[in-house]
Amino acid sequence: MSRADTTSADDAREPVPGTAPPAEAGATTTQPEAGPAGQGGSLGRGLSLFRSELSITFRRWRTLALLAVLLGVPVVVGIAVKIETSDGGSVGGGGGGGEGPAFIAQITNNGLFLVFTALAVTLPFFLPMTVGVVAGDAVAGEAASGTLRYLLVAPAGRTRLLCVKYATTLVFCLAATLTVALSALVTGALLFPVGEVTLLSGTTVSFGEGLLRAFAIAVVVAASLVGLAALGLFISTLTNSGVTAMAATVGLLITVQILDTIPQLDVMHPALFPHYWLSFGDLLRDPVYWDQLVRNLGLQGVYAVVFGSAAWARLTSRDVTA
Amino acid sequence: MAHIPPRKPGKKALRYGVPVAVAGVAAVTVGLVPALADTGDPELPEVTAEELVAKMAESKTDQLTGTVKVDTDLGLPSIPGMAGGGGGEEHGGMFGGGGEQAEERGDTKGGPSESPGGAPRQKLMELASGEHTLRVAADGPEKQRVSIVEDTAEYSFIHNGKDLWTYDSASDSASHTELPEKAAKGGQHEKMPDLTPQKAAKKALAAVDDTTSVSVDGTAKVADRDAYQLVIKPKADAKSTVESVRIAVDAENGTPLKFTLMPRGGGEPAVDIGYTDVDFQQPDADQFDFQPPEGTDVTREKLGAKAPELEEKFQDKFKGEGKELRSGLDGLNVLGEGWDSVVEVELPKNALGGLVSGGRSDAPQIGKLLDGFTDEVKGDFGTGRVIESELVNALITEDGKVYAGAVTKDGLVDAAEEAAK
Repeated sequence: MSRADTTSADDAREPVPGTAPPAEAGATTTQPEAGPAGQGGSLGRGLSLFRSELSITFRRWRTLALLAVLLGVPVVVGIAVKIETSDGGSVGGGGGGGEGPAFIAQITNNGLFLVFTALAVTLPFFLPMTVGVVAGDAVAGEAASGTLRYLLVAPAGRTRLLCVKYATTLVFCLAATLTVALSALVTGALLFPVGEVTLLSGTTVSFGEGLLRAFAIAVVVAASLVGLAALGLFISTLTNSGVTAMAATVGLLITVQILDTIPQLDVMHPALFPHYWLSFGDLLRDPVYWDQLVRNLGLQGVYAVVFGSAAWARLTSRDVTA
Repeated sequence: MAHIPPRKPGKKALRYGVPVAVAGVAAVTVGLVPALADTGDPELPEVTAEELVAKMAESKTDQLTGTVKVDTDLGLPSIPGMAGGGGGEEHGGMFGGGGEQAEERGDTKGGPSESPGGAPRQKLMELASGEHTLRVAADGPEKQRVSIVEDTAEYSFIHNGKDLWTYDSASDSASHTELPEKAAKGGQHEKMPDLTPQKAAKKALAAVDDTTSVSVDGTAKVADRDAYQLVIKPKADAKSTVESVRIAVDAENGTPLKFTLMPRGGGEPAVDIGYTDVDFQQPDADQFDFQPPEGTDVTREKLGAKAPELEEKFQDKFKGEGKELRSGLDGLNVLGEGWDSVVEVELPKNALGGLVSGGRSDAPQIGKLLDGFTDEVKGDFGTGRVIESELVNALITEDGKVYAGAVTKDGLVDAAEEAAK
């Protein structure tokens, strides 16, 4: 169904060189892995596959709906804060220290903080959920709609297909994060004053540097989703049902998030992929506190390699029947 | 349906070996690298304990930037009355938490003094339990800052000349205190948190007398620097609950880098304060400049005559060693010497609310509850209840006196009997 719900899916597939109509399986399996073209050719083929994959993913209604939800969250948060503070009060009655989402108290003074609040609000669930949907559907969706074998009989190669799928998912991670950040930035700038930014440590930096830090934070948040994307991709190679893969990925996300809050399990917490997610806030300290940030990125890298290679092992060694 | 087998079948196990191997390597790296880095205590010329203590005392380090890990496990139950006006949401802080205090809190909470930017004391209380990360920077006696690093928030104390600011990013509120002339020049001010290894070490050394043995016990690497380990132990006959205090002293400049306090009961350290990262360069000057952002709640306070009250507020929490406790606090006496010293506090009349005699009041279940975590003791002081923890024990008597200290239960009872005479 994933392929079928885009009317333009078949057109988008068209430019891929070598996407021949379904041929007999036996004929293609004897082809050498790299295909007749040289290294540059295979890279070019990978790129054009990547481009077509991107346009399919981002033209899908489901993707657009997910992005629309992400677009809406900062607007809702911004309006809520505006209404609550319109009588001159502060969020949470003041002095609440730690009530409500992170950074929410600073929004009224500087709209830029809406970016950080929005990311903190969406990071635990909304953002990873959308990534889980896209990653879970990546391979299983093709299998479900019967298009996976067309992709495989083309000399695209399974490894390259997987790389392209993963790259597309990563682009979606970044796009989703930037959607939240930009929507929050516009909402924040419209509803609240913007100007010099007071960092968490109390030092003040120019608005330009604040913007730069906000951008860095968006990139870090996107990078925080890299591990989950690999996990979703792996699950996606296990099943032929896109819905199953999406549900399993999102379910796993929720389970891990719950495990991360149980204090008795703190031994395993540093190995859970969402554990350091909120470390993006450390970029707002002066000087930046790198410890947790580095751990987060390292952990995401390990997840990406482990589950990326597991997905590769699964996809390259299984029989594709659909 | 077409059936597409993999191009190179039969190597399934090999392929699955890749993720397994990567996961294995990652796990081993995480497990082994710290262990490998830990081995090999640095080889340093031998020093005697006296030389090391002298070196530490002479240490003139007043410029540094660093990260401090504070890990405290005092396992303290609450002591009513000591909490004063402590407000709402501390998480099992030293004197917070604990059911019998709920009423008292309710009273203070509604008050206007919910001090948004302030509540520094409450913040310090939070430090007394659990694990925390602090970032410290100091540039001479007039400029220091300490920041408590929290998830997506930070609580900073910034001292620059006669200004003392606190900034709480979670509630976006600040407080400003103007220090009297003398204090501004007089270096580390009382109001700054005391939780750096230097401060802790100074206190431990202050407690050194003839009931104490001091020795050098090898070397260690702390925050990537070579250090000597100084061990301070109460002599065997002491009634202290402290097993030992271990201070890692920088071999080069004598700065204490790590402070570990082991309780007599063994197990985890009760207090573990140490640099994980330290740099003795001059820190950035703009770290000490604080301008409250526009729109931030600022509480202002001028310090002068109120000094004793503030001193009380920011008193050191390590009662056992805290000689400064002798000054300041009204209604507070220190009994005994050195490691065995016990603090005696007289509580306000209604603070106890029938805590001690709870068992005989008209609510028997309260008595049962009390029996659950306190022991009843009798002596010249009448009847009292002892609240025990890993490190600090407290005795509350019927007539509203609290004896507390880092001494064993027997030591506490002895001290109370002594006082009652």
